[in-house]
Amino acid sequence: MNFFRILKVSLRALARNKMRTFLTCLGIIIGVAAVIAMVSIGSGARAAVESRFESMGTNLISVRGGNRSMGGVRTQSGQYNRLTAEDAEAIALLPSVEAVSPSVSSRAQVIYGNKNWNTSVQGAGADYPTVRKWEIEFGSFFDESMVRSGAKVAVIGTDIRDNLFEEGEDPIGKTVRINRVPFLILGILKDKGESGGFGSRDDTIIVPFTTAIRRLQRSDYLNSIDVSAASADLTTQAQVEITDLLRNRHRIPEGGTDDFTVSNMAEIAEGAAEATGILTLLLGSIASISLLVGGIGIMNIMLVSVTERIREIGIRMSIGAKERDILVQFLAEAIVLSLLGGVLGIGLGIGISKLLKYISIFSSIQTVVSWSSVFLAFAFSGSVGVFFGFYPARKASKLDPIEALRYE
Amino acid sequence: MDNNIIRLENLTKTYHVGETEVRALRGVSNVVPKGDFVAIMGASGSGKSTMMNIIGCLDKPTTGQYLLDGVDIAGLNRNELAEIRNRKIGFVFQSFNLLARTTALENVELPLVYANVPYKEMTSRAMASLAKVGLKGRETHKTNQLSGGEQQRVAIARALLNNPQLILADEPTGNLDSRTSDEIMNIFETLNHEQGISIVMVTHEPDIGSRAKRRIHMKDGLIVRED
Repeated sequence: MNFFRILKVSLRALARNKMRTFLTCLGIIIGVAAVIAMVSIGSGARAAVESRFESMGTNLISVRGGNRSMGGVRTQSGQYNRLTAEDAEAIALLPSVEAVSPSVSSRAQVIYGNKNWNTSVQGAGADYPTVRKWEIEFGSFFDESMVRSGAKVAVIGTDIRDNLFEEGEDPIGKTVRINRVPFLILGILKDKGESGGFGSRDDTIIVPFTTAIRRLQRSDYLNSIDVSAASADLTTQAQVEITDLLRNRHRIPEGGTDDFTVSNMAEIAEGAAEATGILTLLLGSIASISLLVGGIGIMNIMLVSVTERIREIGIRMSIGAKERDILVQFLAEAIVLSLLGGVLGIGLGIGISKLLKYISIFSSIQTVVSWSSVFLAFAFSGSVGVFFGFYPARKASKLDPIEALRYE
Repeated sequence: MDNNIIRLENLTKTYHVGETEVRALRGVSNVVPKGDFVAIMGASGSGKSTMMNIIGCLDKPTTGQYLLDGVDIAGLNRNELAEIRNRKIGFVFQSFNLLARTTALENVELPLVYANVPYKEMTSRAMASLAKVGLKGRETHKTNQLSGGEQQRVAIARALLNNPQLILADEPTGNLDSRTSDEIMNIFETLNHEQGISIVMVTHEPDIGSRAKRRIHMKDGLIVRED
């Protein structure tokens, strides 16, 4: 039998029981749609994470005090914090490094007038906007001389403006109190927005790190140093140079463990992407269970169909149909069923993932329908047809022609 | 090569139904020359249906030898038997055995579907075959829109399609009235006379049996009389 003949015969057989065909398909439709929608949520989370890290700059290197990779007792970063402003200055002189911004961070209460807001206060260098790829929307950032003198100036994120100031009020030139110390607002950072459920990045105040060390915290050490490599290609080289430099400066003997951690954004992003990858896998595998259940539905209906058509099978055999002809006929029917379900399921799945953002409780979830997941779901539904259609088809092909002809 | 389409030598067939042994055929020998028209007659349980199944390559004998057109079918597997049924034998059944809700044309085409004949040739040969049994113009009628006699004619057209050497008819008139039976028998006689197709027919009606050239009477799994 040629391909179109087989297709025609199976379509006709399926058309005879439209309701039954639809209900059998529904199992596959729901399964495929669930896989696509779930994977789109996972891929969406991954895309959100990636875009977040991308916005920080791909040539960003972070140097942290302490060594997180040690395991055992020395796991907490900052516990043996020995990074100093001098370390940062030395790093800035390296040829592969473009800019450096020392960083200290803490949380503090910020007061303006009768309003009061708890936020993250970051001490940074004058090159912070370059290093973190964060532009100033209004006003200006503090300069090198302000950092050196420990000026009481601040640049605020848009969330701070929205929470502490009246609408329409210009914060630039106003004074806020951070832990009771007055700071003059110089500028407002550009809105970066929320992404991937990490909270808003605009809820922050940036002050010179010298001021932060002197006025806002007791330690003389830096939490970390943000370094921007001269180019993305030089990131690895810069990491090596920074490591050598700091080992030298911290007088760490040959073979001793670093008391700092140098990592680039690509590595951190990779780790986060891996976590969302696991999420995707988990969602996808839960959804594929429903596809499996759909497959069992196909098997069930095909067994019924074979029993109903025993006489037809007998007629075909007496006329010269070989085992293979019967097998192919019923297998084709199962595959057509599952692929039909697959196609409709792809439509439904894409529809669901597009509509998800219009439902309020899901509105924060970003979804990305990947073509690989569509293809995978389709191929999977096809193989479900083959797998679950095979047993009934084989059963049909092994019937005894005499008994099949006599069957009432 | 002998001139016999069918040669049966001491055929036996034993079925096991639970613990009991049913001996449906107990040593049957016969030859059917090419171009013969034989009626196998006998009461139900005489073994005539079992013999039909063996002659039709749907079943194999327990012992004994069956040569169809000189080929011993004992050594063939299921698929090879299917191919022989497709190429050499045309079946006509009492209950017509057409595919339900399918057009006459598609029913007739079926043997060629399994013989891998190109689509166009299949249709033209099926049309010709339907014309031969007097059903020109009814090709697109579905089986349930046809009368009993017409359905049996579709079945005959289907049996003729692959130019078989042998037509096996199992009670072909059993479900038909006497006038329609007569028409069907006329078709068989014409095929036998004009095209030299060998026909083996099972029947229990004496007047239908009398239309054959030769009658074999069976009883209790043995041939008791021939005339």
